This record gives sequence, structure tokens and C-alpha cells, in this order.
Amino acid sequence: MSFIEKMLKIDRRIIFLLIALAVIIPMLLNLVFVVRPSPIVQTIFDKVDGLPDGSKVLLSFDYGPATVPENRPMAESLLRHCMIKGHRTYIMAVWATGEAEANISIGRVIRTEFPDKVYGSDYIQLGYKAGNQGLINAIFTDFKGMYTTDAAGVDINSFPMMADVNALPDFDLILAVCSGKPGLKEWVQFAGDRGDIPVAGGVTAVEAPLLYPYYPKQLLGLMGGLQGAAEYEAALVNEYPEYRASSMTAVKLMGPQTVAHLVIIFFVIIGNVAFFIQQRREKRARRE
Amino acid sequence: MGFTDYFVLWVGGLLTLMIFSFLYKDNPFYKFAEHLFVGVSAAYWMTVAFWTTLVPNMLGYLYPPILRWFATSRAEGEVVVNVLYQLPWYDRWLRLIPLILGLMMLTRLVPKAAWMSRWAMAFIIGFAAGTNLTRYLQSDFVAQIKATLVPLIVFDQGGFSLGGTLTNIVIVGGVLSALVYFFFAKEHKGWFGGTARVGIWVLMIAFGAAFGYTVMARISLLIGRMNFLGQWLQSIF
Repeated sequence: MSFIEKMLKIDRRIIFLLIALAVIIPMLLNLVFVVRPSPIVQTIFDKVDGLPDGSKVLLSFDYGPATVPENRPMAESLLRHCMIKGHRTYIMAVWATGEAEANISIGRVIRTEFPDKVYGSDYIQLGYKAGNQGLINAIFTDFKGMYTTDAAGVDINSFPMMADVNALPDFDLILAVCSGKPGLKEWVQFAGDRGDIPVAGGVTAVEAPLLYPYYPKQLLGLMGGLQGAAEYEAALVNEYPEYRASSMTAVKLMGPQTVAHLVIIFFVIIGNVAFFIQQRREKRARRE
Repeated sequence: MGFTDYFVLWVGGLLTLMIFSFLYKDNPFYKFAEHLFVGVSAAYWMTVAFWTTLVPNMLGYLYPPILRWFATSRAEGEVVVNVLYQLPWYDRWLRLIPLILGLMMLTRLVPKAAWMSRWAMAFIIGFAAGTNLTRYLQSDFVAQIKATLVPLIVFDQGGFSLGGTLTNIVIVGGVLSALVYFFFAKEHKGWFGGTARVGIWVLMIAFGAAFGYTVMARISLLIGRMNFLGQWLQSIF
């Protein structure tokens, strides 16, 4: 059996093993590559950074445990950036699993790195409400009609930061970290376009190609997958190097990601070359 | 790390290995993990639907005191119940309509009365179509056409911008050629066929980009799991 034939009949388990090694070895070696923010991510950073202190930012956690490796670094970078800039951050979820994810990130970012931030004045956890895009549609005109209490069941009117929030257009920026439907697309359709409110955020890599058509006119910026998260972290660390220790989650994971991609590219090229050589040989054999 | 954390880590670690074992071949451990996931998911979403939809959006409105039983504290229960009692009567009793429609959906379980579920289904479809139609038309049709109406020669900061010009030509050319490919009223021959062929290339490049992103997503998830397994192993050794 020639090398070409061997390549075309390679056992898929060998490929799985090589991919596993391509992920494990760089992790063990702590392989980290330099990540530079692309314009589509930098615009989100610039917008969050450029808003005056105390601006009202809505941050929606619309993902679940299945996509944590991609979505959590994005969400925590955005949350960290909002806290650094002193924005009033309103945390909510259109996904049922998002509320638990938001609680984890609040614990990891706000309570750990910004213990002086006051609940109800600097940030609030509004939690999950059922309704999908219907919820976005409803809070566009009547925010407090849907959110009568925060996630813990405390009367919404008892929080100082809710005093001047009555509808979505009251927010200066909407950020959403999403992994499906309803997600960033619905935020663009039902909030951003409708009220001319700046919308930006991050999505899983699978979702990203579906969101690109909205950039830059309908979507301010987009973080696509782990790469997008790493770019935002890089932008954050460039501007605020004191947060380097806590803001490198995605950047560190890009090492194994890059090596795994190289292995996949190698097999795609080998597979295609072998296929075309085999095809040419078969044609020649038929002629003879 | 407490007992609960260890327990969660061990359950997660073992289940991850069980699922990964499918990469070698199908086996009873994989089947067990798969069935466990299906069962837990079904129960989880049923519970979520009960607590986040049925209780706060329907039962609570129809009979507010019920929320006292479900509140995390007496004070919280009182606040919510008082808010609901202050609502006008029609705001609360209008919830009977979704209750009736919901019960009609359940008639699918009785073959002779199953036709009633169509009315509830028609309501859902009508509502979804009505709500989504305007937003999709605005955001995915009108706004996307506007976004494609871009100048083919771009001047930036007083000078000619080659990058901007090329970008806009690719956007406009790509959209038009892809649209031509999906235009079947005229035979794809001559210049029209050539444009359609360019359209195919544009679509192929888009599919390739989407596939690349999908690969990136799957590898990211694999890295996440490997990270978790690393934490698990660290807790053991």
C-alpha cells in the first residue's frame, strides 16, 4: 500500500489521538502566542472604554455550561471592563442557564477583583425571564413591567441604579454574550435596530459567520469564539496591564487551539493532495 | 475543596471520560452517560419551565398567595404578592387565556379531542409570525440592503483608500453574484452564467469560513474539557 493510499485510509482514531495530543502538549508546555485585537473586537473595547463613567450598560448572559470555554472569557472580560470604567452594569439573561453563569462570573470578577462595588448602585443581577425575543420586545418599552424584582426577589424600585431605567433605549450600550437563539441576532433585531441603541457582544465560533453581515452598521463589534475572547483580553491587558493575571484565560487557551488548527490544516491538505493524486492515477489507469 | 466540590469534579470527570470513550467505539459506558444526559436535561428543562414560566407568569397572577410558598423569604413573598394584588383585575385574569390555550395543547394526548390543539398552535404561529415578521423585514431585509449600498470608490481622510474600495467591491460583487446564482428564471449561460459561477465561488468561500469557525468552536470545547480533566487529575495527585 502506497503512502497516498495509507493516508486516504487512515483510521479516524489516529486523527482523534493526534488532535488530543495537539491540545494536551501545548497545555502542559503553557504555550502562549501573542494575540492582537482585530478592528471588529477593538471597536467594542473602544466603545466600552469611551463611555463616560457611570454609563448604563446592559450585559446579557445568553449561554449555558456547554459553551463556557468560549463564552465565559468574553463575558468576564466585558464585566471586568465595565467595572474598571465604573459603568452601571445591569446583568440579565434571556437563557435560563444564563442566570447561573452570570452568578459565577459575578463571583469570579466583581466580588473577587472589585469588592468595593456596591450591589444595586454599581451592578445588579436581574436574572432570567422566560419569553426569548418576546422578552426583549417587552423590555424595550417597559423594563420594570417585566423585571418587578431582581434575581433574588427584591423590589426593583428599591435599587438606586434602577431609578432612571424604564425601557431599553435608556441604556447607553447593550452587550450580549450568546451561544444560540435567542442571542445577539435577536438583540440586534428587537433592540438595536428598533431603538438605535448600540449593540455589541460575543458569540460562539459556530454562530459568528451568521452575525458578520450585521457588522458594522447594525452591530458595533463582534467577538467570534475563543479567538474573539482572546482579542478582547489582549485589548484589555494593553490598556490596563494591572489586570493581566486575571485577564488571560482565552489568550492562554489560544496556544492549544492554534496547534490543533495546524494539525487539522495538515490533514486537510494531505487529504486533498492524496485525493487528487489518487484520482489522476485512476484516470491514467483507465486510459491505459 | 469541600466534599461537594470533589463529588462534582469526580462525576464530571468520569462522565467526560465515558463520553470520550465513544471516539474509540460505541460502548455501555458511553450509552450510560448519553442516557443520563438526556434524562437530566429533560428533567432540568421541565423544572425550569415550571419555576420560571408557569409559577411567576400564570399561577402567581391567578392566585398570588401561591407565590408565598415558593418565595425564598417571607419578605420577598409579601412584596411580590402585594405588587400582583395592586394590578388591575384584567391584568391578572387575562392569564386565563394562556391557561386555556395551554390545556388545549394537552388535548393532543386524547386523539378524539386533538383537533382543539390546532387552535392553540395557530395562536402560537400567528403571534410568532406577527412579532418576527416586522423585525426580520427591518433588520434582515431593509437594513441589509442599505448596508450593501456602499460607494465602489472610497476616499478616506481626503485620499483614495485602496483597502476600502476593494472591500466594498467584494461586498457588492459578492451579494450580486450570489443573488444571480439563485435566479432561475433565466438560463445560466453567457455573462449571466459567468456571474452565477462567481456566485458559487462566493458561496463556497462563505461555507468554508463557516466550516472553519465550526472547527474552531469544537476545538475550543475540547480544550475546555481537557482543562477540566486537568483540574480533576490535579485534585487526585
